[in-house]
Amino acid sequence: MNSLPSRRALLTGASATAAAAMLGGCDRLGNADWFQRTLKTGEDANLFVQRLLLTDRTLAPEYAESDISPWFKPNGTEDPPDKDYKALAKGKFAKYHLEVGGLVEVPFRLSLAELRTLPARTQVTRHDCVEGWSAIGKWTGVPLADLLSRAKLKPEARYVVFHCADTMDQGSALEGGGDGEDADEAPPAGNTNPAMTKQSGGGESRKDSGGQQAPEDTAASGGTSVRYYESIDLVDAFHPQTILAYDMNGKALPIANGAPLRLRVERNLGYKQAKYVMRIEVVESFAHFGEGKGGYWEDQGYAWYAGI
Amino acid sequence: MFRHPAVIRVTHWVNAVCLLVLLMSGLQIFNAHPALYWGNVSTFDTPLMAMSSTEDDPPKGVTTIFGTTFDTTGWLGSSVGANGEPADRGFPAWTTLPSDQDLTGGRSWHFFFAWAFVLNGLAYLLYGLVSGQLRFRVIPSRDQVRHFGASVWEHLTLRFPQGDEAKRYNVIQKLTYLVVLFVLLPVQVLAGLAMSPAMNAAFPFLLTLFDGRQSARTIHFVVAALLVLFVVVHVALVLLSGFWNNMRGMLTGWFVIERKVEPVAVAAEPRS
Repeated sequence: MNSLPSRRALLTGASATAAAAMLGGCDRLGNADWFQRTLKTGEDANLFVQRLLLTDRTLAPEYAESDISPWFKPNGTEDPPDKDYKALAKGKFAKYHLEVGGLVEVPFRLSLAELRTLPARTQVTRHDCVEGWSAIGKWTGVPLADLLSRAKLKPEARYVVFHCADTMDQGSALEGGGDGEDADEAPPAGNTNPAMTKQSGGGESRKDSGGQQAPEDTAASGGTSVRYYESIDLVDAFHPQTILAYDMNGKALPIANGAPLRLRVERNLGYKQAKYVMRIEVVESFAHFGEGKGGYWEDQGYAWYAGI
Repeated sequence: MFRHPAVIRVTHWVNAVCLLVLLMSGLQIFNAHPALYWGNVSTFDTPLMAMSSTEDDPPKGVTTIFGTTFDTTGWLGSSVGANGEPADRGFPAWTTLPSDQDLTGGRSWHFFFAWAFVLNGLAYLLYGLVSGQLRFRVIPSRDQVRHFGASVWEHLTLRFPQGDEAKRYNVIQKLTYLVVLFVLLPVQVLAGLAMSPAMNAAFPFLLTLFDGRQSARTIHFVVAALLVLFVVVHVALVLLSGFWNNMRGMLTGWFVIERKVEPVAVAAEPRS
């Protein structure tokens, strides 16, 4: 027992070395494909178990008007740089049309004024950013289920994809700076911390991203931009609280929060709440959009299922 | 003597790995928005606690707790990363998993090891209940309760029990394990679940229990800190009370009881 000091020194040295080796090892492990896939099974389990716990109609908590946050933090894109969008915004979105298409019997498009004449739902709900913060807002909009019923889904329909107006500049979004995407949710955390930023897993891949749609006019920098998009499955699409909101807190949705129309898919984190929704496409698989993961942030490594 | 059955040894080490990964990936997730609030929403201007960096060159790291600001450069708010450059981040790179800023990576680690932790914990509890080990280990026996004061004194003076008394945990150990097992860990899991919007829909009482999602996040953070404190004390006592013997106990199950050579130590009270 009197050898304690040297033993202690030995142990301290050994554990410091072990700790350093372990840290490096974990980072290396975390970058290995097979290990990333293994880790992702945790997120698969989240989806599986949460779907067991929730019925199709279990509602997210709704709050009183007095709970509404005085300031609803916009995140991600706060002012889409795209020319077409800017033109629409200039005209107060009078020329805006929401397109509904894909695997439907009756594709259609509706102006904002027409959307406003449809039966609406208003809900005061909490928005939880994947970064960790929350805000409460009041949303008024058209239930997505109504629009999908009107369009009549074909039997192969499995997912609903939301195509948005905002182009994400990969360079800056990723680096943390800026505002990336859209949804308010988004991860980019602005100044306080470079959160979301890219580093995430998917990182390297984004190059050709937008493949299909983003392309051409992309406002900003060169070839590497991609438009925000998101996807949900039919369980969330037909949920009673899933709406396309045009009003926030009783007034027209501000541009920073997604005007003229944004998705509210309660029971999910913020990056699912796509802003600046231009087109809804019903699909059998989202594999051919972007990097194939089902959304802008998903393509950067975030889980497609965002219930936790 | 044979002290630790195989199930307990295995679950102990699995648990140790899980807690370490959960802590470090948790700090990674925290770093995505290094501020804490109370209630359902974030009151950005008035956090309970927040870390940030200043505009100075080089930037200073500052931490504000209940309105008081501390300079925590190098540790919290701003610290040097792997590349040698100061980075704006809550906790420093060496404490987070992955070490770089990587929220999605942190979440993947966190959720996977959260499942491992819960399943491992359930296996431990089930075994502990069925085998009677749990009761033997963590419920203080009558005589221990009676001599509570003396035990505290022995513990504080780092006089470790020998002989028969070393075969069971003392009353402070038992109470500590009791609190960790049945208060801290369950609260930690529930607070984690309370941050999930889907779980809020499934179990709205979680929000009531923690007084809101942001409070749950704060409690999750505080309980993590308490668990760190527990582990620090646990490891310190393992070192002080005979590291190799303790390690042998938790690795092979066999633990050497030192016979009382000199009956000096507290005149052993007759054990029933």
